[in-house]
Parts: sequence; structure tokens; C-alpha cells
Amino acid sequence: MYKFIRNAVLVTVMMLSAQAKASLEIVITEGIDSARPIAILPFTFKGATLPNQRLDEIIAADLMRSGKFSPLASIKMPQRPQSAAQIDYAAWSREGVEAIVIGQITEVGIDRYTVSFELIDVLKGGNAADRQSLNAGRLTGSTEHILDSRETTINGSQFRQYAHRISDIVYEKLTGERGAFLTKIAYVLVNRQAEFPFQLVVADYDGANEQVLLRSKEPLMSPNWSPDGTKLAYVTFEKRQSQIYIQDIYTGRRTMLSSTPGINGAPVWSPDGKRMAMVLSKDGNTEIYTMDIATKALTRVTNHRAIDTEPSWSPDGKELLFSSERGGNPQLYSVNLLTGTTRRLTFEGEMNLAGSYTPDGSSVVMVNRTRGQYHIAKMDRQTRFLQVLTKTNLDESPSVAPNGSMIIYSTLHGSAQVLALVSMDGRFKARLPAVEGQVKSPAWSPFL
Amino acid sequence: MKLNKVLKGLLIALPVLTMAACSSTSSTGQSAADTSQTTQPVETVQVETVEQVVSPAEQMRQKLDALRQENTIYFDFDKATVRPEFVETLQAHGAFLTANPSVRVTVEGHSDERGTPEYNIALGERRAQAVVQYLQNLGVSAGQISTVSYGEEKPVDMSRSEAGFAKNRRAVLVY
Repeated sequence: MYKFIRNAVLVTVMMLSAQAKASLEIVITEGIDSARPIAILPFTFKGATLPNQRLDEIIAADLMRSGKFSPLASIKMPQRPQSAAQIDYAAWSREGVEAIVIGQITEVGIDRYTVSFELIDVLKGGNAADRQSLNAGRLTGSTEHILDSRETTINGSQFRQYAHRISDIVYEKLTGERGAFLTKIAYVLVNRQAEFPFQLVVADYDGANEQVLLRSKEPLMSPNWSPDGTKLAYVTFEKRQSQIYIQDIYTGRRTMLSSTPGINGAPVWSPDGKRMAMVLSKDGNTEIYTMDIATKALTRVTNHRAIDTEPSWSPDGKELLFSSERGGNPQLYSVNLLTGTTRRLTFEGEMNLAGSYTPDGSSVVMVNRTRGQYHIAKMDRQTRFLQVLTKTNLDESPSVAPNGSMIIYSTLHGSAQVLALVSMDGRFKARLPAVEGQVKSPAWSPFL
Repeated sequence: MKLNKVLKGLLIALPVLTMAACSSTSSTGQSAADTSQTTQPVETVQVETVEQVVSPAEQMRQKLDALRQENTIYFDFDKATVRPEFVETLQAHGAFLTANPSVRVTVEGHSDERGTPEYNIALGERRAQAVVQYLQNLGVSAGQISTVSYGEEKPVDMSRSEAGFAKNRRAVLVY
């Protein structure tokens, strides 16, 4: 009894602290109807101490947020099978469900749990069941309908992470594309009443496990991930001037990279991690440079009296995309770093800013201004077709997930600056409202 | 009936009379205000006479305090041109800085929250540079001035209205 009470108290405390910490929560705003129906069954549990995280809920939330799946609400589930053998395929098929995730958690020791799951194709499962009945009760042994099955042992603190791992497996099996549920986001949290109003924060991609990496009394800007996901480059004004720093997210070690007179801004790591594109105004105008990180040697990329800013690397590292107002108003250009050949990419809208390539290089994501409205847009590189993806207000700082499925960006909701998600096809939209303060400059990590 | 008319007449006349009385007092009030307005330069002159007895360091501190009161230049949307109404302010700062070559000033450039943070940093820098250029043309040495652009990161008005945006598009001279 005592143990039970103690555990109950512990769980409550953990839940409270989790709530107090999570400054982001996700509100789905649009686009669940068009997604593929799937069922994530509650995992059965064998043991004494119930884990405080619901695997099925985390997996369902992941898959829903991808915009590609619509997990069936648990009240709509036609049955609660304990194992794959108990699944009534016809009943699930009637609900339109394509696939089922079914799993077990077994407590195997103090804070040790064995988690197993199967991903089952409902259509193939139905066929297998039909064949079984034709064989007059003799098992055919077909496992064709089991798309994946895994078993692993974890401790109590790893539930969330393992749930994201299951989501990754399910997503990849069903879409053929790698999942990005184990990734992180970095962002800047601004709370003007706090002693340190500016905070550089890293969290799981869904806002959980928020960790402050740096608190400052002066603005912080432009976090950008190293390709290996271990460091962040960012801009700090702690010395009353802009400076570019690199910070190791695991050791906390900080290295100053650039502190020239005027602007030191917009650091972006090259795909090979050896160079940093950045914006400096030390030579008079706002220009783009690349720096060899090891030697700090600078190479000037642009040379124009108009504003040139927001560099972004092509996936092959041979080109930089940037914003320039050399044509009168800000538009996107690309420059070949070897030849220096510069081409204008965008012509639609009053302004196009903050461009970046999708991971496959096929499209460019940007902030488009049309009739005074700033929205996130995507342009196909071949056809030059520009599609506006969002309808929110004052959208900025788009950052693409490493699998190219989603864009996270900063937007104005009411009077608060919040983060929002939009799927690459624009059909699914969600908001990640902060409990307190303004959230800006999101940066999606690479695969970790 | 007739009495009623007389009463009515009185009722109208009385307030008119009181209004006249009021307006006469208020006009004296206004003239008092006028004199106080016209005496404002006189007050400054009084300050000048006090300055004669204070130390030069104190004089400079007082001038700096005065300049700090008028240290913000506002800009049009997406523009970095100093508007004519701020010429006087910049001339005051320029005169002070040329007279006191040991004093250093930082020009902060700011933008409103529309557009991207990086573009706004560039825009804020451009506004700060416009002010620097103006001060240098007035004879202020380049070594006395440094710039920092905060872009859209330090708004003074969070309302995100047109009026708020206008207050945020600014350059501030910080001593």
C-alpha cells in the first residue's frame, strides 16, 4: 500500500514537472480529413508499476502531425484485441483502417520494461484470415500481413523516445520515406518580464523535453544546427553588438566565430560541416561570406550595394541561395560558389525572403509577401510553380524537416508569436502555442 | 405663459452668461498658458544662467541629458532615409559630438516586426548607417560613432498596429 502511494505521488510529481516544463503544446488547425486511417491500439501491460507515458498516444500524435495519417479515436475502435491472432480484420476494414499497431509492455525488473509491437496490414491480414479458413482451420503460417515487428528492453525514462522510434518505423514502412519523429527543434523563447528575457531552447520536435541552452539579457537570433546535430550556431548581442557563436549542445562549450564591426548574422552550416555561410557588414554593405570554420578564413560571396542576406546551402554544397533587393525589392537568388554565376529565382509576389532548399533539392521554401501578407510558400525548381502553403499572419523563419515532410515556422497568433507546422503539400496545419512568452526562429535538426 | 417665456429666456440667457463668464476666465487661462509656452525658451535661458556657475563636466552632463530626451529618429516602412523633421535633432547631436570629441555614441538601428528577422537586421543597419552618415556630414569623426542593428528583436511597442510599427522603425542614439 505504501509503495502504491509512493508511486502514485511520484507519477503525479513527474506529470506536474512535465506540464510545467512543456511550453509548447500542439493544436491541429487543419487537414486531418485527407489523411490515411490507421489504428494504434493501447499497449497491453503486464507488471506492477504502470509506466507514466502512453506509447499509443505518443505514436498516434506523431503520425497525425505528419499530416499523412489519421489515427482512429479509441472510442471508435471496433474491438480491443490483445494479440494479432485476435484481430477481426473485417471489423477494422469496415472502419476504413489500413494498418494496425498492436503491442505489449512487460515489466521485467526495477524500471526495466520489454516493449514489443507489430505493424499489421489490415487488407493483407484479411486475406490471410480467409486463406486460413479455406484450409479448414490449419494455420498457413503466412506472415505477409505483418509489415514489421520488434522487441526491445528500455527503462522508464525512455518511453517517449521509443514511442517516436516506433512512429519512425511505422511511417517508413507505410510511406517509403524516412520518419523524422526522433529529431529536435531549436528556437528562441522571449519573455520580456523575465530576468533573462532571451533564451535559446532545444526540444523534441513535438515540443517535449525542452532544455534551455543559453539565457541572455540581450537578443538571441538565428539558431542553426551543425549537420551532425551536436552543435548550434547562433547570433548573440550579449556584448551590445552582434556576434556569431557556436555552442556544443552536450558539453555547453561556446566558441566565438565572428565579431566584426556591424552585422554578424545568419550563420548556416555547409552540408559537410566545414564551412559557415554568414552575413557581415564589415566592408560597408550587408554581404554574404563563407568562413572555413577551422581556419576562420573568409571568402566574400556577394558584392552589391543592395541588401544581400539569408544564405542557405544547396544540398550538394555547391550553391548558395540568398535574398537580395538588388532588383528593387527583396527576391531570391542563387549563386554558384565556384563560378560566381548568380541567377534570380523568384518573380512572383512583392517580396520573397528566407529561402531554403528542400532536402531533395527539388523545391525552394520561402517567405512570400503578396498584397502585404507574409506567408510560407514553396516553389518547384523545374516548373517555377509557386504555391502559398499558409494562411497565418506575419509568417517567418521557415525550417524544413530533414525528411522534407513538414515545415516549422514562426507566426503571429493573436498577439503572441508562436511556432506552427505545415505539411509540405500545405494540407495539414498545426500550431504549437507557447504557455508563456514569444517563440521565434525555429530550426529543425538533421536526423539524429 | 408669458412668465414662462421670460423664464425660458432666462434659462437660455443664464447659461450664456455663465458661459461668457467661463470663457472669459478660460481665455485668461489660455493666455496664461500662452505666456507659459512663450516663456519656455525663457526657462531655458534661466538654465543657461545656472550653467554659468556649474562645472564644465556638469554642463556636459546636462547637455547629454537634454540630448537623451530627443534621441530617436523614426523611419518610413522599408526605408532608411532621414525625414526632414529629424534634421534639427541630428544637428543638436552633431554639434554636441563635434564640440566634445572624446564622447562616443552608439547608433542602434531597429525595424518593425514585418518581414524576416535577417532582412530586418540589414534594414536596421541601413537606418543606423543613414544616421551615421548624417552625423559625419556634420563633422562628427567616424571614430566617435559605432552602430548596432537589433532588427525586429527590440520593439518598443508590441501592439503590432500601424502606429506601433511606426514607433518601432527607428534609430536611437545611445551615449
